[in-house]
Amino acid sequence: MNQTFTFTDKAKRFCYILMGIGLIGLIWGYVTDGNVPEDMAGHYNHNRFWANMLVNSFFFMGISLAGTFFLALQYAAEAGWSTTVKRVMEAVTCFLPVGLGLMLLMLLLGECKVHNLYEWMNGAVYDKASPAYDAEIAHKHGYFSWPFFFARTFGYILVWGFVQRLFRKRSLEADLNGDSNYVIHFKNVKTAAIFLVFYGFTSSTMSWDWMMSIDVHWSSTMYGWYSFAGTWISAIVMITILTLWLKSRGYLEEVQNSTIHDLGKWMFAVSFLWSYLYFMQFMLIWYTNVPEEVTYFYDRIHEFGYRWPMWLAFFINFTFPMVMLMSRDAKRNSGFLIFVGSCIFVFHWLDVFNMVMPATVHQHWHICFTEIGMFLGFLGLFLFVVLTNLAKAPLMVKNHPYLDESKHLHT
Amino acid sequence: MSKVTLHGIYDDDEQLKNGAIKIVGMGIRVKEVFSPFAIHGIDPIIGIRRTRLPICSFIYGCTGALLATWMMWYMMITDWPTEVGGKPNFSFLVNWPAFIPITFESTVLCAAHGMAITFFLRSWLMPGVTPKNPDPRTTDNKFLMLLEVNKEDLGKVEAALRETGASEVNVK
Repeated sequence: MNQTFTFTDKAKRFCYILMGIGLIGLIWGYVTDGNVPEDMAGHYNHNRFWANMLVNSFFFMGISLAGTFFLALQYAAEAGWSTTVKRVMEAVTCFLPVGLGLMLLMLLLGECKVHNLYEWMNGAVYDKASPAYDAEIAHKHGYFSWPFFFARTFGYILVWGFVQRLFRKRSLEADLNGDSNYVIHFKNVKTAAIFLVFYGFTSSTMSWDWMMSIDVHWSSTMYGWYSFAGTWISAIVMITILTLWLKSRGYLEEVQNSTIHDLGKWMFAVSFLWSYLYFMQFMLIWYTNVPEEVTYFYDRIHEFGYRWPMWLAFFINFTFPMVMLMSRDAKRNSGFLIFVGSCIFVFHWLDVFNMVMPATVHQHWHICFTEIGMFLGFLGLFLFVVLTNLAKAPLMVKNHPYLDESKHLHT
Repeated sequence: MSKVTLHGIYDDDEQLKNGAIKIVGMGIRVKEVFSPFAIHGIDPIIGIRRTRLPICSFIYGCTGALLATWMMWYMMITDWPTEVGGKPNFSFLVNWPAFIPITFESTVLCAAHGMAITFFLRSWLMPGVTPKNPDPRTTDNKFLMLLEVNKEDLGKVEAALRETGASEVNVK
């Protein structure tokens, strides 16, 4: 039985090709995005290109971040079912440093006025004398002042990145040196419990800071959970598809059908969580019809022509898993899981697209080579980092208290 | 050929599972297993078919959704059109988001209650019913395998039970 994953040249070439397409898409996007709106001063800022950068940075960072959350959840809940796929989860979390780096780069470039996705980063909106003065944003100056904003940002990045490295380091340590009485494992359990509390607050504030603030005049209390649920389901889909792919290549033989079934249940359940939050955010705003809240959906549906992307994102991400993954047999069928998983993966990317684009390029949105190319490029980078890390450690953990339970999982 | 009822009593669920595999391998049907908790993986061994309860649940859920839709359509649209929060009324389709929470609640209510009632009826669990449990110790710490065997097989089966770790074998 093959216990160590080899990152074959063929798989590497596949990642390189994706990244190559991405690079062409990136350059193409930068050069050709001439039809995006100008800012107030009439400057041309490559908004479409930068908006795509933000969509993909957030989407793929979110996958590894929610993966870290999911891993911490397994530790804190002392879950037995997931031990055989723990290394796959860890590999997915290993993209986190890269993803956080990309997000930080986006924010720093915004602060340096290289792009203006974040309207509030422009100092003129706080200046009463300036024609760009915006009383609404000036009201939020305390929260968005750069020292406070970057203190928060660095806080999230450092703590999350640190916890992710710690989980990984200790997990490998337990493998190599033995772990009598599971001391190292229970250290991770403790870290996970603390991390979950920290993450519970910061996942919301992070999405307000990094994502909701592009619609700076609008706010929603559902937004943090809604964007978190989106990243979580994408992470589960990624873990499931990687597991099934590894299994089809002859790895991970200890992963039981019941484990796959459990992953399918997670996919089903978290899709519902996401749909619930998405719909509740929409319904409450639609029902109360308060002008400053309803603009968010009014612009998207009536002004900027996002009706179809929004309906598609909601219906595919809700009805596909609901109808197709309802039965037990479907959740145990790898073909079904891969098909439904790939669909909702792409349409959760579209959901992030719907979060970012209306606020940045307004009605000038496209899904052409720039968008698809950059998505594929980031996917290639993500897979390359994840598979590289997957090859660095044995696929099956050793010295884990629930390893035996997981190998004989039966539901 | 007369049959006897046999109770094989185990102290451990894994032992009972192994015992059941052996007994079934001998071509003898395990009639029923009684245990203080659900034994994972025993169903396929003793040949219990998959439950059809999820199908019932689906039907109850659909009923609940339809009932709620019909109720709201009748109350809010046909019988007494009501304007709530300035929404365009007299139309179910235009107001659909407002009807979703109630539809959802009704679906869950009907599915959950229907499923619970079906379960109790199907397993005939209700006040005043004689318990089917042959040995009250299986509600505490014992695992019981109920067999019906021919008299001539009795010795062989009893040996198999003892061999796989049964602590008692009672012939009724």
